Amino acid sequence: MYQIGNLVKELSDKHGHARESLMPILQAIVQKHNYLTDEAMVEVARELDISAAEVYGTASFYTFLDTQMKGKYVIRVCKTITCSMKGKGDIIQTLEEILKIKVGETTTDRQFSLIETNCIGWCHKAPAILINEMPYTELTPEKVNEIIKDYMHK
Amino acid sequence: MENKGLTKVDLIFEKIDSKKVMVKAFAMSSAEIIQSMLDSGLKGRGGAGFPTGLKWKYTAAEKNPDKYIVCNADEGEPGTFKDREILDRVSNKVHGGMAIAGKAIGAKKGFVYLRGEYRYLLPKLMIELDSFHKMIHEIGFDFSIEYRMGSGAYICGEESALFESIEGKRGEPRNKPPYPTTSGVFEKPTSINNVETLVTAMMIIHHGAQNFIQYGTKDSRGSKVFSVSGDTPTPGIFELALGMTVQQFVNEFGDGDTKAVQVGGASGFCVPRKKFAETIIGFEGVPTGGSMKLFNSSRSMYNVLHNYLDFFTEESCGQCTPCRVGCQQLLKGVEKVKKGEAKSTYLTELVKLADTMKIAAKCGLGQSVGNAFKSIVGNFKEEIIY
Amino acid sequence: MINLFINDQKVSVIEGTTVLAAAKKLKINIPTLCNHDDLCVAGNCRVCLVEQKGARTLMASCATPASEGMEIHTNTLKVRNARKHIVELLLSEHRSDCTKCYKNQNCELQSLANDYAFGDHVFLDLVEDKKYNIDRSSPSFIKDDSKCIRCQRCVRTCSELQYISAISVANKGAHQKISSFHDRPMSQVVCTNCGQCVNRCPTGALVEKTYIDQVWDAIYDPDKHVVVQTAPAVRVALGEDLGYDPGERVTGKMVNALRQLGFNSVLDTDFSADLTIMEEGTELLVRLKKALVDGDKNISLPMFTSCSPGWIKFVEHKYPEFLPNLSTCKSPQQMFGALAKTYYAKKRKIDPSKIVSVSIMPCTAKKFEADRPEMRSSGYKDVDYVLTTRELAVMIKQAGIDFRNIEEANYDSIMGDSTGAAVIFGATGGVMEAALRTAYEIVTGREVPFGNLNITPVRGMDGVKEATIKIEGCVDAWKFLEGAELKVAIAHGLVNANKIMKMTREGKAPYHFVEIMACPGGCIGGGGQPIPTNLEIRKKRMKAIYLEDEHKVLRKSHENPDVIAIYKEFLDQPNSHKSHELLHTHYVERDNY
Ligand SMILES: Cc1cc2nc3c(=O)[nH]c(=O)nc-3n(C[C@H](O)[C@H](O)[C@H](O)COP(=O)(O)O)c2cc1C
Ligand code: SF4
Ligand code: SF4
Ligand code: SF4
Ligand code: SF4
Ligand code: FES
Ligand code: FES
Repeated sequence: MYQIGNLVKELSDKHGHARESLMPILQAIVQKHNYLTDEAMVEVARELDISAAEVYGTASFYTFLDTQMKGKYVIRVCKTITCSMKGKGDIIQTLEEILKIKVGETTTDRQFSLIETNCIGWCHKAPAILINEMPYTELTPEKVNEIIKDYMHK
Repeated sequence: MENKGLTKVDLIFEKIDSKKVMVKAFAMSSAEIIQSMLDSGLKGRGGAGFPTGLKWKYTAAEKNPDKYIVCNADEGEPGTFKDREILDRVSNKVHGGMAIAGKAIGAKKGFVYLRGEYRYLLPKLMIELDSFHKMIHEIGFDFSIEYRMGSGAYICGEESALFESIEGKRGEPRNKPPYPTTSGVFEKPTSINNVETLVTAMMIIHHGAQNFIQYGTKDSRGSKVFSVSGDTPTPGIFELALGMTVQQFVNEFGDGDTKAVQVGGASGFCVPRKKFAETIIGFEGVPTGGSMKLFNSSRSMYNVLHNYLDFFTEESCGQCTPCRVGCQQLLKGVEKVKKGEAKSTYLTELVKLADTMKIAAKCGLGQSVGNAFKSIVGNFKEEIIY
Repeated sequence: MINLFINDQKVSVIEGTTVLAAAKKLKINIPTLCNHDDLCVAGNCRVCLVEQKGARTLMASCATPASEGMEIHTNTLKVRNARKHIVELLLSEHRSDCTKCYKNQNCELQSLANDYAFGDHVFLDLVEDKKYNIDRSSPSFIKDDSKCIRCQRCVRTCSELQYISAISVANKGAHQKISSFHDRPMSQVVCTNCGQCVNRCPTGALVEKTYIDQVWDAIYDPDKHVVVQTAPAVRVALGEDLGYDPGERVTGKMVNALRQLGFNSVLDTDFSADLTIMEEGTELLVRLKKALVDGDKNISLPMFTSCSPGWIKFVEHKYPEFLPNLSTCKSPQQMFGALAKTYYAKKRKIDPSKIVSVSIMPCTAKKFEADRPEMRSSGYKDVDYVLTTRELAVMIKQAGIDFRNIEEANYDSIMGDSTGAAVIFGATGGVMEAALRTAYEIVTGREVPFGNLNITPVRGMDGVKEATIKIEGCVDAWKFLEGAELKVAIAHGLVNANKIMKMTREGKAPYHFVEIMACPGGCIGGGGQPIPTNLEIRKKRMKAIYLEDEHKVLRKSHENPDVIAIYKEFLDQPNSHKSHELLHTHYVERDNY
């Protein structure tokens, strides 16, 4: 609580206390803490003098502003048509096997969360995923294995 | 019907000295810049295809001294990735185009709304932006650009939803009128333009409107960047003159077994093989923000349709009835028909619903769900039913 | 002026008028759902679509400004088909169990369905796929998401009128819903229970939590003595739910109906409103004396009224540092409750444990207030059940009372007498006016210097009203106030209350005494009042309140004989030890989310 309060204060000093600062602040919190805790949203509401329900309402509109617990690395697998035609299913299956979680879940060590997302703009190199903000493209199960191993050793 | 065939063009990614172009532009009057846009016939490259010159003219005519130029880099339409490539390779031209637009409409401030999926580009873009700011400072033009990030909401590509998002709110489209040119971001007169539109505008200043109109057709001037994906041996980014037929396009990009091309993404139209020859890619035929997806005969068009409907059901902002509930009904409806739990004639009801959505939804998202729905159901009915 | 054509009839309207309003001018009705007179335009339900000649799409008439030369048609085939589709779509997401629904026969969705979507529906049932939640946690209302049509009227109400935003729109697409902070139960968030959202919800998604059955049970229980009190604003609005036009006073018939319902004693909250004036007025004068004469720095001014429990909760959540500025007086409802099981019980020689105390209120926040742990100073729950004006109308209908044709009757005695000063509690500015009528007279020995006692500067619908009263010719005991200028302010609707609180926080509020009511217009616009509401209706109710005041023989609280009697027999004097025990309370700080 104390910590998140400091971060929110820092961020709102940096981005400003107007309503338009809400998105940059929430985005920065997610970059740092992977998702928005209730405490964080309450703090942001306090700093910007808006209601906590509005902060939640706004955050929940945006898929990248998670209000549910997420791991350190959020893996977003594109499920839109090209990726889905080009082997998205295999990618999901591989990820589920390595991480031992299903889509929508987070590993118990809170390292990885696995979710699906809509087109991420790499259709010509499908199938594609994002790990946090980094895109990985033209994936095969083998490539996925290597990438995740790298992350596990990070 | 004019048809100039498939012509490759090198405009958007052409290497230029952007300072020179800027100096040239700033030496022009606002009216002159706008006139060259009008002369070029440039229409917006974000999908809606509104004449850029007119948009700038309207915004320029507004009395409010606070105006904005917004660059729409939310590129969320399934199958488009050209704006990412443009920002990656020639962001100097994007910033330059914004400054020129700023000069034309009288704005001192610009925003780039970049989709969250492209955040990895940000470090590089910030470096580019720095040198841009230095450059126009040297030239002595008062203009600055700020980046704002999206966070994973397709609807924020719709202009008024984008403004709401910049303002820190849920990306729910606004009622129109008022239009952005009178009341846009922060309720100030705003010209919002697609990434590619702004680059094209800069290149029109550079080469002149006459150079631009040598490409394309009367209704679709010039060239544009196409994002080609799906069943093609050569997926990627291609800059082509507008006005070719789908057949000509397929001849170049198809894998020899193309049965349909989805032009304009999930909100665009599905063109079946039998209509390839007669369908022009451009505003007189099937318009596109650039997304071209090819499907060969191994693909189930039911899966394609289902995927799109799933996309819209999730990505609708959810505020208006026809779109929020309509998407769910279309999705559940085709599922039931496919499973045999609803009669195939139910598709007729769904087509009627899609027609209602087209005229009753509040924004372009709900209004265009019917495009893909009707063109896929219309052309591949058997695949939907059986 | 802008000229346009609607259904081929010409109409001229001023710039900015919507097509919907222009049509109304021509007596052309266009159905609406998300639109509400009190709220800004949403344009999301799309029920009000019309066709404009030459336009590619239909347009929402509530959200489209009229423009010169427009040719609008409101009833074309296109419009009709789209409208039918839209209503059916809404119904496909909606649990339509009308016969079990509290809003049956009083539901805007139902009447649209009736008009536009009868017969077979084409669309599939989506309700089964949704995990709709029903939140019964609030003591004031139930939030049933399966009845919600996402018109966002509630969200706009809570933010535009009440400045709270306890609820907001959450998620997007098919998952879009109305939600509190992270879906917490409504009883655990910043909600003030004002019920303004309930009053504006077109469907059964937000309804008051009803205690009708519990009240019937008490009435039928021969062991119980059931007393009922009626708030001032109920008598000028109840009629609307029983077939009268807004603004009709039905006091006498209401009293008779309550007696016919079987209440053992029909009493008046107005009595305790008069009592409130005695207590609160004295408290104010004491605070002024301590601050002005004794120079006591610990005295908090301005003093705020405390009769609106929604307002109290607003301060507890959002401005807790100003809790000491709130008058410690309980609301009239709770004063009444505390006395019903003490003074009244003693006088009527009834065992207080056998008394069931019921109040009829224009308010849903009073349901919460009655449940507060502080409200047990009689040794029992001071007020057992709170019913809204609307619930009373339901009971009257259930009992088969022919309301229009029954006789008028008078309140019972002991705590049934009241003055005009108490009646006007129901309208914004009323408490202030009542307090001034009494305080001025205590201090100067003369009546307030306003014609016919009508202190017009504190009346009316302005969001924030201010007045300054110069005090001259004080009696000896109050000489220290000689020449002082008493600065007062009045606000109604929490968005206006917030303006005053902001000023107070910034140290810019020059007032001594401030009246605040949580609801727009005061209690006449309470969350428990008949539906619909709008400014015009509230004005009519307000007019009726002042008319009731003018018809009273006694118009100053300190002249109420029942009040005089209770001080003599029981309470001793205002702010006495006993009254502090029974009639005053304290407040708690609450979280701001
Ligand atoms: C649902 C929806 C999504 C849109 N997404 C984008 C987008 O990602 N990028 C874009 O430039 N325009 C998008 N648009 C179009 C914009 O609303 C707007 O017309 C465009 O940015 C104007 O720029 P232009 O005239 O240069 O094309 C979208 C429209 C709708 C209805
Ligand atoms: S059409 Fe869809 S995306 Fe557009 S406003 Fe309506 S619900 Fe939102
Ligand atoms: S909310 Fe209205 S339509 Fe829905 S069940 Fe209740 S009465 Fe019927
Ligand atoms: S009862 Fe009042 S405070 Fe609570 S949600 Fe409704 S409008 Fe907001
Ligand atoms: S709860 Fe009622 S007022 Fe609120 S959105 Fe739902 S139907 Fe509308
Ligand atoms: S479909 Fe997966 S990146 Fe576009
Ligand atoms: S009443 Fe006009 S859109 Fe809802």
